[in-house]
Amino acid sequence: MARMLKLRIWRGDSTDGALQDVQVEVNEGEVVLDVIHRVQATQMGDLAVRWNCKAGKCGSCSMEINGKPRLACMTQVAAYGEEETITVTPLRAFPVIKDLVTDVSFNYKKAMEIPAYAHPDELAPGEARMEQIDVERSQEFRKCIECFLCQDTCHVIRDHEENKKSFAGPRFFIRIAELDMHPLDTLRNRKKTAQEEHGLGMCNITKCCTEVCPEHIRITDNAIIPMKERVVDIKYDPARWLGSKIRKRDGIV
Amino acid sequence: MSELERHSYDVLVIGAGGAGLRAAVEAREAGLRVAIICKSLFGKAHTVMAEGGAAASMGNVNDNDNWMVHFRDTMRGGKFLNHYRMAELHAKEAPDRIWELETWGALFDRTKEGKISQRNFGGHEYPRLAHVGDRTGLELIRTMQQKIVALQQKDGKQYASMESNVKVFAELTITDILKENGRVSGAYGYWRESGAEVLFEAPTVIIATGGVGKTFKITSNSWEGTGDGHALALKAGANLVDMEFLQFHPTGMVWPPSVRGILVTESVRGEGGVLTNTAGERFMFNYIPDVFKEIYADNEAEADRWYVDQDNNRRPPELLPRDEVARAINSEVKAGRGTEHGGVFLDVSKRLSAEVIKKRLPSMWHQFFELAGVDITKEPMEVGPTCHYVMGGVEVDPDSAAAVGVPGLFAAGEVAGGMHGSNRLGGNSLTDLLVFGRRAGIGAAQYFKSNGKNPVSDSAIRTAATRIQAPFDREGGENSYALHAELQEVAHNLVGIIRTASELEDAITQIADIRKRSANVSVSGGRKFNPGFHLAFDLDNMLLVAESTAKSAILREESRGGHTREDFPGMNNKWRQINHISSFDGVQVNVRQQALPALPKELFDLFDIHELEKYMTQEEIAKGGTN
Amino acid sequence: MSGVFSPSRAKIKERTLRTDKWWLQPAITFGVLFSFVIYATLRAFENKYYFVEPLISPFYSPCLSTSCEPGTALAIFGQPFNNKYFGIGISPALFILIFPLGFRMTCYYYRKAYYRAFWLSPPACAVAEPHKKYTGETRAPLILQNSHRWFFYAGLVFNVILTWDTILAFRNADKEWGHLSVGTLVFLFSTTMLWLYSLSCHTCRHTLGGRLKHFSKHPVRYKAWTFVSALNHKHQNFAWISLFGVASADIYVRAVASGAITNFYFF
Repeated sequence: MARMLKLRIWRGDSTDGALQDVQVEVNEGEVVLDVIHRVQATQMGDLAVRWNCKAGKCGSCSMEINGKPRLACMTQVAAYGEEETITVTPLRAFPVIKDLVTDVSFNYKKAMEIPAYAHPDELAPGEARMEQIDVERSQEFRKCIECFLCQDTCHVIRDHEENKKSFAGPRFFIRIAELDMHPLDTLRNRKKTAQEEHGLGMCNITKCCTEVCPEHIRITDNAIIPMKERVVDIKYDPARWLGSKIRKRDGIV
Repeated sequence: MSELERHSYDVLVIGAGGAGLRAAVEAREAGLRVAIICKSLFGKAHTVMAEGGAAASMGNVNDNDNWMVHFRDTMRGGKFLNHYRMAELHAKEAPDRIWELETWGALFDRTKEGKISQRNFGGHEYPRLAHVGDRTGLELIRTMQQKIVALQQKDGKQYASMESNVKVFAELTITDILKENGRVSGAYGYWRESGAEVLFEAPTVIIATGGVGKTFKITSNSWEGTGDGHALALKAGANLVDMEFLQFHPTGMVWPPSVRGILVTESVRGEGGVLTNTAGERFMFNYIPDVFKEIYADNEAEADRWYVDQDNNRRPPELLPRDEVARAINSEVKAGRGTEHGGVFLDVSKRLSAEVIKKRLPSMWHQFFELAGVDITKEPMEVGPTCHYVMGGVEVDPDSAAAVGVPGLFAAGEVAGGMHGSNRLGGNSLTDLLVFGRRAGIGAAQYFKSNGKNPVSDSAIRTAATRIQAPFDREGGENSYALHAELQEVAHNLVGIIRTASELEDAITQIADIRKRSANVSVSGGRKFNPGFHLAFDLDNMLLVAESTAKSAILREESRGGHTREDFPGMNNKWRQINHISSFDGVQVNVRQQALPALPKELFDLFDIHELEKYMTQEEIAKGGTN
Repeated sequence: MSGVFSPSRAKIKERTLRTDKWWLQPAITFGVLFSFVIYATLRAFENKYYFVEPLISPFYSPCLSTSCEPGTALAIFGQPFNNKYFGIGISPALFILIFPLGFRMTCYYYRKAYYRAFWLSPPACAVAEPHKKYTGETRAPLILQNSHRWFFYAGLVFNVILTWDTILAFRNADKEWGHLSVGTLVFLFSTTMLWLYSLSCHTCRHTLGGRLKHFSKHPVRYKAWTFVSALNHKHQNFAWISLFGVASADIYVRAVASGAITNFYFF
């Protein structure tokens, strides 16, 4: 049944801001996004919050709830104690615009830096043949809903603004892995550029990206570490390097 | 006042869902400079919600499939009110559009031979839906998003900047389409983030804004589905066709509010889910139409036996067609036997064990558990009809997607009308986006090449700017949230799934009243990312859409597809020949009748004559198609 | 001011707003790993109580130094190292510990664990780290983490040796076969866990199949990859259990060799 919830919402913009306490009605089964919407409709008409599908499929309502990066539409109020105050803030790795809305354009810039899929010239539309087992690894990464929670939690940029220019972040490491594992992609230097241009080596695999992923993509185990191993193949493994010079084998280049 | 932000492009695409992005790709590949407007972030459009798949007769699973079979299925689904040419183009071009996505990096599920796998779906004769698990829409939008990036990277190598020829303007709302000398000259809007106004000078505008679900209280659409494109087109002088046709899915979630409207898959009923009202009565037995009496059980014992022995028992009535179930639930709620949240109970917990439920309905279990805190292995779900899709939309020329009556304006995707007739088949929407998105891109490119620029006048800018500022200048006016809630209530109760003349009259009056009051909306707070301000404009659009729907619905005195009249049950073949055309005179929406283009002979001949007799008048049959 | 306190970010003065016990996990990791390192160091330098027929402590196997206790030599290696270099007596453990230690130090799981618990980089997710600069594994010495696969190969050799030691443990003190003692079980457990730890390793997964572009062209390697992938889910568990396993094997040998307990024989 309905009860009153103590909520602390960060309000402000890039110049200043603070946590504000509000009390708001909450019903059984509601998620944090619901109570934020209720605050918006009844107490703060101009409270800024991003959201779209309210079903955990679009990745818009990313914010930090009690300090953890989460989707507000997938966070049950009942997961917290009845007496507990729930604190919501904007993502803390990106510049704030207003209230719970941050400027995530960093991610779209990085997306433009990853070379696109390169289809084999000789394969006309409809001629491609791929086995299910060959597409499954990349399919896992294509589940990504681009909520950017992994980017937000990654300490490489969260704690070091200056790394943003040289580090693509977990979301784009899975993009690179997706393309490198794509059975038909013809671009051959993805491993090298992953290390040299996109900052794969900056990652110290502390797995926070995997922990926050709402799609449960195994970012570290299935994308970042395999990419690090592929980089070792071409850059840090003398035997493999030599082997690849002598005969181009499947999977090495 | 700081200087107005101005941009000049060859084509402006409003909407960054499947149709908008596909149009943008085509326009850019034709050599045009393209601006893409998204109301939310890039890649979040409602297209991501599509689960089932994209229908295209590739024949990968059953090689009997071809465009003619697909065309027939689409026409049947739409109860022959479809614009034949759109259905024809769609069926013919869908396979190429899917294969093309693969060359851009899409990874569909595969068959054993390594081809794109295709699944069965309601209304499709053969397995036809290309899919990726239950996230096909996401795959589609991501692929096109990445194709746009690929085009930008190509431009980056050739020109100064990656964004020199295709640029995405995210979180920007268009409030007006501007015209000079009767032709499109650009569009005006504001950044959602800053509230600052923006002018786009562009002689061609492609509208791809999707649906209108937010007009209704319960919908599967996100906040973006506010009929912006429908309203922009109306105000620019274009027409809407057949706005009375809306698709309601019988089982959407109704509580809590966060999940209201989200679809509950049909397989819940297929696996043995039972519908009951608050009196505990399994009410579907009271709603079996005579034509279905042969194949549906009239008692619980037999219905229950069907799950184990389908040969010797009739099907449970929960498995009646979507519209029947939706109407039944609606009647129960209207009769006061619904839950306090306006739904009925759907229960699988009594029939199946917890393990079996989790194994057979894993995504549903998660959906209810994670989003609503309901454990469907222990408790019933609360469900009710949810507004899912609008078949009506901008009246367009099928081949070029050009909006009728406004040179320079194009429309594609859900916002365009005609393709789906009175009812859309599952899986046809995703390929609709691709086929007509591409055609709109080509249409716009051709128009631009022969017409060139069309400068915007200062007076047009002033008018548009005044409109945006207005709600800030008023004080103590109406609250946009409250008006929106009122509109949703009216639309839901009076223009919803079952309609009668008196309720529709009522609705028209009430919508006009809300519209009058909405002219007096005031906004608190500043311009910076202010949702109250944003809603004020969305509301205006929804009101026009609702008016158009209500006025079309009251005229159509029959029940067909997504339009059910309690006072006129059953199809009427005379009405099949008629489209309802909405236009806007600056004050109100006016609806007139227009003849539906008749099937040409070669398409007419694709059907069995006895089937056509169900839909067509004797005279039409005698003619045997045109030409 | 950098990181979450950068001028453009939301002005929040707390390093984290997490309300759960986020410090607990790194604290436990720190405590356990630190204890193990102390114990292993002490044991490596102790240079006694590492052999009692038929059990040899995994810290000292293979025993390659001339100072090793009689009966510890493996035929294929012999005992090539002199116990005196630079005039100092060196414990035989020091010749070999670098390999298992290196394997664990460069292990993708342990890296996560100690970067968090020892380096506080970061201490926990969404908890600001104390460091001003961060370059990850891009330069020396951390770029050497890329040598993990060589330690993996070395680890496999050690697994074979320890497996041999375990087989030898099916003897009694008089080197007669067909006996089973508590020591045998401790060794069996320790060695099994070591194998699982190695097989579930990310490098192993990569080598067996992860590096392929087309699984369909290599069905056997795909099967192997699938199997190792399943094990890989539990890599963290195997990392800890095998660490305890090795430690318990050593503790047991030490206890028996020092005479604190006797190795109980079931038969």
